[in-house]
Amino acid sequence: MRTREISAEDITRTVRRLCIEANTVLGKDVIEAYEKGLEKEESPVGRDAFRQLLENARIAQEEGLPLCQDTGLAVVFVELGQDIHIVNGDLNDAIHEGVRQGYRDGYLRASSLDPLTRKNFGDNIPAIIHVEMVSGDKFKLLVAPKGFGSENMSRVVLFPPATGIEGVKRYIVQRVEESGPNPCPPVIVGVGIGGTFEKAALIAKKSLFRPVGQRHPNAEIGQLEIELLAKINQLGIGPLGLGGSVTALDVHVETYPTHIASIPVAVNIQCHSNRHKEAIL
Amino acid sequence: MEDAIRIHTPLTDEIVEKLRIGDKVLVSGFIYTGRDAAHKRLVELVDKGRPLPFDIEGQIIYYVGPTPPKPGKIIGSAGPTSSYRMDPYAALLMARGLKGMIGKGSRAKEVIDAMKKYKAVYLAATGGAGALISKKIKKAEIVAYEELGPEAIRRLEVEDFPAIVVNDIYGHDLYEQGKKAYKRS
Repeated sequence: MRTREISAEDITRTVRRLCIEANTVLGKDVIEAYEKGLEKEESPVGRDAFRQLLENARIAQEEGLPLCQDTGLAVVFVELGQDIHIVNGDLNDAIHEGVRQGYRDGYLRASSLDPLTRKNFGDNIPAIIHVEMVSGDKFKLLVAPKGFGSENMSRVVLFPPATGIEGVKRYIVQRVEESGPNPCPPVIVGVGIGGTFEKAALIAKKSLFRPVGQRHPNAEIGQLEIELLAKINQLGIGPLGLGGSVTALDVHVETYPTHIASIPVAVNIQCHSNRHKEAIL
Repeated sequence: MEDAIRIHTPLTDEIVEKLRIGDKVLVSGFIYTGRDAAHKRLVELVDKGRPLPFDIEGQIIYYVGPTPPKPGKIIGSAGPTSSYRMDPYAALLMARGLKGMIGKGSRAKEVIDAMKKYKAVYLAATGGAGALISKKIKKAEIVAYEELGPEAIRRLEVEDFPAIVVNDIYGHDLYEQGKKAYKRS
C-alpha cells in the first residue's frame, strides 16, 4: 500500500491563507443569492439592505478588509484520506498555527476566550477542528469562520417521535421567527435531522457549506427544503429584520439515521455573510 | 440616503424628540464603542458610585468590536453586534445620560420602556456590513480598558454614519411593525 506525504508546514500555510480569504472574499453563490434577493424583495428598506451587502462585499474584496468585524471562531473541517501520512509535525498543531497566523496577518479579530474567566487569548486559537477519515489519499481543508450573532441563535432539540415531521417543520420555522433580526438576516438555515445530540449539530453545520441555492440530491429532502424556505419567507422578518419578503436565502437539510426513541433536530443559523473557503492538498 | 435626517452628537431631548421609527439618520460627531465586557465594567462603576471613564451625557454608545486596523488605517471592519446582550446594562446608562445606542437586533421591553422614560433612541446599523461602515469612521482612539482588545472603549469620530431608527422615545418598535407589514400566512 502506498501512502502520500503531506507536510505540517503546507497545512499551516494553507489554513493561514484560507482564514484570510474566507473573511474577505464572499463566495459567488452568496453574491448571486444577494442579487436574486434584491430582485425578489418587496420592501424598499430590504432592497436597500441588499445593495449595502453587495457594496460591502465589493469593498471587502478590493481592500482585503474583513466582510464583518466578527471574524468568528475558525471552524476547520478536514477530510483526511487514510493513505495520507502527515510529516514534520502534528495535524492539530499545524491547523491551530495556521489559524493563529491567518488571524494575525489578516488583521482579523481575536474573539476566542476562556469560557469561565472570559479572558481573551488574543490570537483566536484554538480552532474548532473536525477530522473525517476518508478512503484513498485525499486531503481537503475547509475553513469556515463562524460569527456568533447567528451561532447564538442556533439550537439542538431532541423531540419524541410523536412530534412527527410536521412538528419538526413547525419548530424550524419558529426558531427562525424567534431569532428575528438578531442573526443578521437574510439567513441561511442549516438543519440536521437524526443521529444523536452531537451528530445532528454536526450535519446541520456541514449543510451550510453546500452552495446557496443548491437542493439536496435526495428529492424528498430537497422538497422539504423548498417548503421550509417558503414558510420562512412568509414570516415577514426581511433583510436585517426591518420587514420584508426575503428572510432566508436558503434552507439546507441533512439527515442521518436515528434511534427509535427520538427525532434529534439541530438548527444552525448562518448570517448572510456565509463565509467558507476550501483547498485540496 | 437623500431622505436621511442628519444628527450630530451630543444628542439633546430636542433632537431625539423629532426622531421616529423608520427614519434614516446620518450620525456625525463623536460616538463611543462598548460591548459586553465594557458594559459590565461601566455598570460596576455606577454601582460603586464611581465616575465613568467618559462623560456619558448626551452620548451614543455603538455596540461594536472592530477588527484591528491595517498599518496606516484608522480602523478595521466595524459593523454592529447584537444589542440584546447589552440589555441588562442599558437602562442604568440611560439613567446617567446616555441618549443613543447603535447596534442590531431587538431590545427587551425594559430597555424600550427606559428609552421612553429617559428620552433615548435605539438605532440599527447594517449588520454584517463592517467593511462598508468602516468608511464612515474618521478617527478612533481608545479611552478605556485597552486590555479588553476588541472590547475596549473607543471614541470614534464619525461622519454621516448611516443608521435607521428602530426604537424611538414614543415606545414604537420598527422590527415589530416591519415584520407585521410583510407577514403572510
